[in-house]
Amino acid sequence: MKKTDICTIENSKIILNEQIIFESTTENFSDFAKEAYKTLELNYPKFHKMDNLSKLAFLASEMILKNDDHSKTGLVFANKSSSLDTDFKYQESINSQENYFPSPAVFVYTLPNICVGEISIKHKMQTENAFFVLDEFDEEFLNSYAAQILQSGKAEKVLCGWVELYQESYKAFVYLLTT
Amino acid sequence: MKEIYITDYNCVTPLGFDVKSNWKALVEGKSGIALHKVIDNNDAFFVSKIDSEKLDIEFKKNFENQNFTRLEKMFLLSLKPLVERHSISDETAFILSTTKGNISLLKNETALPEGVYLSKLAQKLADFFGFKTKPIVVSNACVSGVMAISVAKNMIQAEKYKDAFVVAGDEISEFVISGFNSFQAIGSEPCKPYDKNRNGINLGEATAAAYITSTPSANEKLKFKVLGDSAINDANHISGPSRTGDGLFASVQNAMKEAKVSAEQIDFISAHGTATLYNDEMEAIAFNRMDLQNVPLNSMKGYYGHCLGASGLLESIISMESALNNTLIPSKNFEEMGVSQDLNIIKENQSAEIRYILKTASGFGGCNAAIVLEKS
Repeated sequence: MKKTDICTIENSKIILNEQIIFESTTENFSDFAKEAYKTLELNYPKFHKMDNLSKLAFLASEMILKNDDHSKTGLVFANKSSSLDTDFKYQESINSQENYFPSPAVFVYTLPNICVGEISIKHKMQTENAFFVLDEFDEEFLNSYAAQILQSGKAEKVLCGWVELYQESYKAFVYLLTT
Repeated sequence: MKEIYITDYNCVTPLGFDVKSNWKALVEGKSGIALHKVIDNNDAFFVSKIDSEKLDIEFKKNFENQNFTRLEKMFLLSLKPLVERHSISDETAFILSTTKGNISLLKNETALPEGVYLSKLAQKLADFFGFKTKPIVVSNACVSGVMAISVAKNMIQAEKYKDAFVVAGDEISEFVISGFNSFQAIGSEPCKPYDKNRNGINLGEATAAAYITSTPSANEKLKFKVLGDSAINDANHISGPSRTGDGLFASVQNAMKEAKVSAEQIDFISAHGTATLYNDEMEAIAFNRMDLQNVPLNSMKGYYGHCLGASGLLESIISMESALNNTLIPSKNFEEMGVSQDLNIIKENQSAEIRYILKTASGFGGCNAAIVLEKS
């Protein structure tokens, strides 16, 4: 198994294969994501509807997937905080009887695998998907799971990713594995 | 490739705290679904909910330490008999399937309580029984329970582990009910999967556990081979089922290909059948594309509601129980065909030889999952 491309997003920087692709002085994740989207000319209006976890996973994946054919690329992602960032926001909308406004547009993001769905939709990847929640990043685990998908012939490549985000604390580490 | 077997299982549901009582209730046509008040200032909803008092009594009978959340009690009760019957080694995996875990702990909090982290929940359960490896949490919306079996199979085949305890669960919460209600997805009566008059889902709660191994002993009481699995995304919409059934079709196709089993060989399909218009229709399209329209099929949602992360494992267990008892049970509340394509929906208890089972699920995020099991 070869790791062909690696993208890291943290500290307001997007790094692809050791090169800084984008950096910003803003520390707020939402603003950082918006600036990156504009500067990198991603041109995908659905981006603005995504929650922050999906934006993070999406940005990192875009850098690697580009416009290549990924009809046989599986997705194996993981993080620690699941969708708790959006869960917390959703819970605030139902905490009080006076301000009780549950929104379907927020609720749908209260699942961590939605970010994988967003990437799949963008690249029309009707491929193997898995999302795990682990106490810490475990590359060996993700690679073994990916290896099993590759060996069984269910995919030709696997995009693996650790996409962790809670409020202003975030880190993405996404990489492409091939046989 | 190593052969992988499910050799033991258990479940905790409103119909009973073990498989035997659940099976008896199902054969009698009982359902866990009833009206319950879940949210203050909201009407009652039809949900399949475990009686909390009964749960506490059962828990006290089995455990000394009572310092657990309601959901944790459900998890511990379903795991206990399996842990008593199978030993845990340092090559034993612990796999937890859930969508929302202890999300109820979040209410009115200003910071995250530790218990809402799914990995903390998993570690708490793992420590209780003395698992030695790091827990793995599978959180892929409503397909998690089916995928948990696939993950056990794949990780044992990857030689990362020798065997695995898989546990799946979710509970009824204001969080989830209010969310599905905001989608207007909740039915105003007991759900009727595939029926013309269906009008939405009922949520449910349950935990289920299974023991999965590559080295079954010679005298197992039950033994099902996990022959194939796949989980393919629709790449279509994050909350709406695909109109073409592409993802489910591909998942079933891959799982059957890996299993080396043809459409004619499948004896029974335990489908997802949530009783929303779009889900049921999508499944009917996918099964027809696979030429599976004549295979007897049911949805368990009329008995248990939609138990989210628990559903896939619970329904797999009931399928295996069906095979052991040579009995197909009906898709409860189905009366009149409500999907545009043919499906062979089971209408009454009937005896049948069941060797090959196809279990499927679909969920938010466009995910789908399928596994093929063989009675052996």
